[in-house]
Amino acid sequence: MAEFKEAPAGAPVGEKLLTWVDNRFPASKLYKEHLSEYYAPKNFNWMYFFGSLAMLVLVIQIVTGIFLTMHYKPDANLAFASVEYIMRDVPWGWLVRYMHSTGASAFFIVVYLHMFRGMLYGSYQKPRELIWIFGVAIFLCLMAEAFMGYLLPWGQMSYWGAQVIINLFAAIPFVGNDLSILIRGDYVVGDATLNRFFALHVIALPLVIVGLVVAHIIALHEVGSNNPDGVEIKAKKDASGKPLDGIPFHPYYTVHDILGVSVFLLLFSAVVFFAPTMGGFFLEFNNFIPADPLKTPAHIAPVWYFTPFYSMLRAVTTPFVNVLVGLLLVAGVMGFLFAGLKGIWRFAPMGAAVVGAGVLLAFDPKFWGVVVMGLGVMILFPLPWLDRSPVKSIRYRPSWNKWLYGAFVVNFLVLGYLGILPPTTLGTIVSQAGTLFYFGFFLLMPWWSRLGEFKPVPDRVVFQPH
Amino acid sequence: MSGTTSDAVAGSEIDKSKRTWIAIAGCAGAAGGVAVAVPFVSTFAPSERARAAGAPVEVDISALEPGQMLRVEWRGKPVWVVRRTPEMLESLKKTEAQVVDPQSARTQYPTPEYARNQWRSIKPEFFVGVGICTHLGCSPTDRLQSGPQPSLPDDWLGGFFCPCHGSTFDLAGRVFRNMPAPDNLEVPPHMYLSDTRLLVGEDQKA
Repeated sequence: MAEFKEAPAGAPVGEKLLTWVDNRFPASKLYKEHLSEYYAPKNFNWMYFFGSLAMLVLVIQIVTGIFLTMHYKPDANLAFASVEYIMRDVPWGWLVRYMHSTGASAFFIVVYLHMFRGMLYGSYQKPRELIWIFGVAIFLCLMAEAFMGYLLPWGQMSYWGAQVIINLFAAIPFVGNDLSILIRGDYVVGDATLNRFFALHVIALPLVIVGLVVAHIIALHEVGSNNPDGVEIKAKKDASGKPLDGIPFHPYYTVHDILGVSVFLLLFSAVVFFAPTMGGFFLEFNNFIPADPLKTPAHIAPVWYFTPFYSMLRAVTTPFVNVLVGLLLVAGVMGFLFAGLKGIWRFAPMGAAVVGAGVLLAFDPKFWGVVVMGLGVMILFPLPWLDRSPVKSIRYRPSWNKWLYGAFVVNFLVLGYLGILPPTTLGTIVSQAGTLFYFGFFLLMPWWSRLGEFKPVPDRVVFQPH
Repeated sequence: MSGTTSDAVAGSEIDKSKRTWIAIAGCAGAAGGVAVAVPFVSTFAPSERARAAGAPVEVDISALEPGQMLRVEWRGKPVWVVRRTPEMLESLKKTEAQVVDPQSARTQYPTPEYARNQWRSIKPEFFVGVGICTHLGCSPTDRLQSGPQPSLPDDWLGGFFCPCHGSTFDLAGRVFRNMPAPDNLEVPPHMYLSDTRLLVGEDQKA
């Protein structure tokens, strides 16, 4: 509890007013803590734009979303027509709607780059584990938000996309069917589903996302930002206790971020005005046909930002499950030979592998496809503990790590590309290899992240004034 | 209970009985919270109106020529009626070895007893099935013609192809091996009211 302060006699009205407020609400304190006296490392590069851009897109989505709800009708008989009404009859409605639909894709582009930035510079490592975990939770909510929003136009892709994703839950043994009925509120995707997805999309999930964003930023400002060198700037402070390599967020990074915002808005506007469907990637062509429960479009694919995970789902077939069983048994034998356990515990890895293999074979590959897809996202949560590297930034990791992270990106893009295409034999084999690589990257990280020759980390950040 | 404790040291001693009561009150509050959650979660279940909408559907199959199929809607799902030619029925003998569950023995989508045969139908000629893939609920497309065609094996004998994840089914809706879909297409309860009138959604037992 702060002490009651008095503005000096004869102070300007503004100062008196601020003092009055500060005695009742920590306005100046919050401003200092989060802006004018929040010291961020001075060596941020362009990859550090994406955090503030994600906030910008969140605001765009919330504002355009509010205006769309004023004209949209969450009713299976009216929804499709009400979206077309927004596009054709509502003054400037097309702009608001295209901003919202482009914003959805922009959100994922920005968030994927933001997450990859964190991976490159080890921003999830101690003491920033919770920032990362809140971030992954935001990503998860964002996926749910995007999925539910995609049902609302009630086009063919909306309908069949929702049908497929909700049926993912039906694959869960024993409770799956009841669970999927509970989600739909009907035996098929219908009016009840549309209505509840609308409620979740416009109020429930946005509230959760905003709350998580606040937690993400509070955690960030508690420990301070990481930087491309992975050096803790708080370790070197000047006489007044300010980090030597830190600069106040405001005005330095607020102004800096205006550049990022300008470039982003340039690209964003170009898409909104000249290519709002982005050739079928941002708005799929089949979604311009009203939902028809009796006819699946000849080719259905999720929107691009889900396709890497969708590829993983499709990769899990009976032969692939057999491969997983083989890998598990090999891992069990390796554990028996090399884990260094004593007595009867020597057999524990083999026992666990046999039990695991039995469980794998006991349920349908369909169920495991769903599990693999879910784990594709969930595996990001334990990343801070999977990485055992003694340094944070890729700059001081062994040089071959750059190739590995490059391969990870290429693999993710290939999975994404295959997820857009209709299933083919070759595509399935490639996506199976890609799925194994994706999980291998994370699950073997405790091993490979310790290998190789690390470069010396400097005491201070590397920065050339310009 | 705290009558003998002076105010000066009241904060430093643990009052166990107070703690017990706090724990009890906390548990009671939590139980109340869970109880309140029940009606809210229950609102997610299908409404009475949705439950009532599942009435049987009558289908006139008199105009259906051999090799043709028609679609009707039952409980919001597509139901297919396929009139199979003798060659089509012959193909089922060849596919028997290539399908997962030729006798429809699996119970995830139980096949009615009267359809648990090679043709998966009451009358060999007419196949009645729910056109929803048992994988993730897409509606497969009909590829009744045999021969090589896109996305399908070259020795294709006719059947159904799911565009979403590539599952293939033979002309009795039996899923081929090594496909994402684990089960044969569901056969809905159905019965013949006459030679040309079919009732989907109800059978003799009901």
